[in-house]
Amino acid sequence: MSNALHLHYEVSGEDFTRAGEASGSVKKRLKSLGYDSDAIRRVAIAMYEAEINMVIHADGGYCDVDIYPDRVEVLLADSGPGIEDVDKAMQEGFSTAPDNVRNLGFGAGMGLPNIKKYTDDMKIETTLGVGTKLYLTVVVKKE
Amino acid sequence: MKKHFHSVVLDKDKCCGCTHCLQRCPTEAIRVHGGKARILPERCIDCGECIRICPHHAKKAQSATLEEISGFKYTVAIPAPALFGQFNHLDNIDIVMTGLKNLGFDGIFEVSRAAELVSEATRKLIKENKLKYPIISSACPAVVRLIKIRFPQLCENVMPVLAPIEVAARLARKEAIEKTGLKSEDIGVFFITPCPAKVTEISSPNYVGESACNGAIAISKIYPELTKAMDHLEKIEPLSQSGLIGIGWATSGGESAAMLGEKYLAADGIENVIRVLEGLEDEHIRDVDFIELNACSGGCVGGVLTVENPYVAQARIHSLRKYLPVSLNHIGEDIDDMMWENELKFNADIFRLDEDINKAMEMMQKMEQIYNGLPKLDCGSCGAPSCKAMAEDIVRGKAKETECIFKLKEKIQSVYDQLRTTF
Repeated sequence: MSNALHLHYEVSGEDFTRAGEASGSVKKRLKSLGYDSDAIRRVAIAMYEAEINMVIHADGGYCDVDIYPDRVEVLLADSGPGIEDVDKAMQEGFSTAPDNVRNLGFGAGMGLPNIKKYTDDMKIETTLGVGTKLYLTVVVKKE
Repeated sequence: MKKHFHSVVLDKDKCCGCTHCLQRCPTEAIRVHGGKARILPERCIDCGECIRICPHHAKKAQSATLEEISGFKYTVAIPAPALFGQFNHLDNIDIVMTGLKNLGFDGIFEVSRAAELVSEATRKLIKENKLKYPIISSACPAVVRLIKIRFPQLCENVMPVLAPIEVAARLARKEAIEKTGLKSEDIGVFFITPCPAKVTEISSPNYVGESACNGAIAISKIYPELTKAMDHLEKIEPLSQSGLIGIGWATSGGESAAMLGEKYLAADGIENVIRVLEGLEDEHIRDVDFIELNACSGGCVGGVLTVENPYVAQARIHSLRKYLPVSLNHIGEDIDDMMWENELKFNADIFRLDEDINKAMEMMQKMEQIYNGLPKLDCGSCGAPSCKAMAEDIVRGKAKETECIFKLKEKIQSVYDQLRTTF
């Protein structure tokens, strides 16, 4: 696709407080593009949740974003431990997050279910001990 | 109607073209060109941060003067509760009220009275489940303007209840008409304001066609005369009719406390406000029902047109309201006339690159390229607040790359190198 706007972010796993920077930056750009506000909201929330997951569970990774006039495609990739049971991880309330993260209000087991809820398409490729790739698509709803 | 009236203006003679205000502005609304700052009217939210930071006092707030009240047959002052926190050793609000009267006002109506009505109306609307959660307070006009240009998803969360100033101005006007039998145009209602955002709100309101207020006089402007008048009172009139809820609105957290609920959040200071709005947008601030946001640190007592340190004023407000009844003002059955006349509509044009998304994407691609070539020092020498903003200005055709002194240096160097190899 020629007219996609491509953005690349490295997501640092070292500093938890920096999680959310990539989604914040994408949100700002979508606003400058005059993007549909419902789509911005869904992209921002889904990306934020995925970014947090990547920091909590996988020590960071990278994120590629392609913005098209009618949709946003996001790939979040990490070299973390992988997800043992994807179906279980998709259940609301299921979490393997450590206590220190839960104390901050994260790790409520709503990450993946929320991502699914806010995106139009979501695909998980995960291999234990190798890492996880999460593909997200948010489509602009036709009025 | 003046399309972009702003209280915050530049005094060109005093501006020396430094970059203090550039980087402080929360909406990137200032550029420096030709050695002078310029405020972009469509972006300015009148928060007054540039007034606070300017070391040369080149930014100022336009507001009404005490002389203007002579143009009316009957005048009412409506003081912000923040005014009461400005005086040392004050233990009785009536001293301030009587002082105001002695300055020439015929009547006084405290905005804190209307604040109590707004609080009660909000509680009623919450009970009737008529507001969208989380509810964002609409009292700070700088915050409402910020949401209007930067936070499209949150526009409908802003509570559609009039700010206390407007409610107070309407009630004061109505009372004055009933008392004097004069026509509305003969009655002047003047707000005693802690900030420029409220001056702007009166001149070009966000959510009513026309404000019931005729103008706003800065606390800092009226302060010297008012303290003098307060020192020479023959008797103190019992004028105040506010409870502790109304007076509490002067400081951050006061409006939230008046919700009498537990799940609230009160943020103050424009940077904190922006962080909270971002968090609301991404839904990582959850489980909060009511959000109070004040652009100034400490709340209205921190307004740029006050005279006292906001935290000192806050402490005084707390002790002033200590033995007051909870609330002295109550709403009637019908609160329709306290609701907004206009809906808060997001203004997409302010930060959007182009109406056509394909064109906007092209522009953004160019912006990224230009930005990568800039030094990323955000030094402000080009006149834009950051290298990112500069890249945007270039793409919008409002600036040239060589206005960046580092780019200019590169260019001169290459011309020099070329000449050297030629000769």
